[in-house]
Amino acid sequence: MTADEDAGDSATVDEAEVRHVASLARVNLDEAEVERFAGQFADILEYFEALDDVPDVDADAELANVMRPDEVREGLTQEEALRNAPETEDGRFKGPRVS
Amino acid sequence: MSHDAFITDAEIEPTGSGPLDGRTVAVKDNISTAGVRTTCGSAMLEEYVPPYDATVVERLKEAGATVVGKTNMDEFGMGTTTETSAFGPTENPAAEGRVPGGSSGGSAAAVAAGDADLALGSDTGGSVRCPAAFCGVVGIKPTYGLVSRYGLVAYANSLEQIGPLAPTVEEAAELLDVIAGDDDRDATTREPPEGLPESYADAADGDVEGLTVGVPTELLEGADEGVRETFEAALEDLRDQGVTTEEVSLPSVETAVQAYYVIAMSEASSNLARFDGVRYGPATEAEGDWNEAFAAVREAGFGEEVKRRILLGTYALSAGYHDKYYKQAQDARAWVEQDFDSAFESVDVLASPTMPVPPFEMGESLADPLQMYLADANTVPVNLANLPAVSVPAGETDEGPVGLQLVGPAFGEETIIRAGSALA
Repeated sequence: MTADEDAGDSATVDEAEVRHVASLARVNLDEAEVERFAGQFADILEYFEALDDVPDVDADAELANVMRPDEVREGLTQEEALRNAPETEDGRFKGPRVS
Repeated sequence: MSHDAFITDAEIEPTGSGPLDGRTVAVKDNISTAGVRTTCGSAMLEEYVPPYDATVVERLKEAGATVVGKTNMDEFGMGTTTETSAFGPTENPAAEGRVPGGSSGGSAAAVAAGDADLALGSDTGGSVRCPAAFCGVVGIKPTYGLVSRYGLVAYANSLEQIGPLAPTVEEAAELLDVIAGDDDRDATTREPPEGLPESYADAADGDVEGLTVGVPTELLEGADEGVRETFEAALEDLRDQGVTTEEVSLPSVETAVQAYYVIAMSEASSNLARFDGVRYGPATEAEGDWNEAFAAVREAGFGEEVKRRILLGTYALSAGYHDKYYKQAQDARAWVEQDFDSAFESVDVLASPTMPVPPFEMGESLADPLQMYLADANTVPVNLANLPAVSVPAGETDEGPVGLQLVGPAFGEETIIRAGSALA
């Protein structure tokens, strides 16, 4: 199935799909949550289908670049920046291994 | 403080003297306070102590205010009842056994119960106005860009603004006077086109003679009967004071809730990626590589509503669905803006019930997220269009207070404050 065909059939969200999105979002779920979300997502995504009826609108985006001079300012001290970290080592954040 | 309005009691002393001398202010717990923990109602940030103040907090302290606590809220601002906090629900002081509304429910409850003179909330899709309406107080959602978001823990950047809650429109406007204005630490702030007025509070003179108020038919259709009767009586009160009312149509609002949730969830899924348990967050015993540890921290730290929105946002932005959901939601947003622009060609302000329903009973709505999302129908169009709005008490039903929402054109705060002050 291509992505487009899949998109046209979006109201059928199964548990495998919930688990897949959860893995993309890096959020573990327990089995009860997977089951609940599958039912709820079907309803919510079906409700979002109404967006198909939105007419074409000329969006006149009033965007302006907001720039300021690139000047050195006072920032957090190293101690302040590290204060909330669960684990630090030698003045650095300590995280899990990457792979 | 029996309604669990606060997550953390505090006594943050003023650093200056000014219009808020001697006043106490409660601050929503997603607004950073240096040295005082800021949890966002989440287990993820249970121990987080910001090293700096939000700009609005700095301005409060300089204006003479004492911050008396950090208020309870739906986790990360995601909710309409203040029941999804990791620290438990807040009760509505104006309708006991019922919710205070969300997500700034603790701030509204603190004001309604007299635990603070004033409060700050944040409004992403109605989170200042909804609890103001449910608790019988005043809440203002400023024009996007009027108030600095520096130090506000972001949920949906393009929608949210910090706003004041108070017993009266004049007091809410006094607080807005203190927090409004450009901030070079937040590039989304800007001065109003004609410059900041001397005082928003001065506009609260109750003089509404000659004002034209539009009533969008679409925002009355789904309202509960008691809410509608209370709203109509408040409109009659305004007409007695010289206001002309007329029906207007905003067809775009029929898809505003959908657009709002797609955009807010998409921004949330991206924003909340920073909560990986490395720089802040709970320590876990998770084994494994970065991705596994990351997913375990987020399972432990986030509540169900937050997970639901992160997942739906991830889905809406994923390959194959971006055009279907996110792009169409942006088109709907442009349509809403255009609709409001047209309406303001013929009326000065728009009026509707703030919430289509009276306050829910506690626990009533937690099981059905879609029903909860629908309750935001009257407030979210304002955030999509970046406009200012105020919720003022309109009266009460047997089930609790009813709010009347007044919406103005961009940077039209003075007009909605003037109109609102005729009622409260």
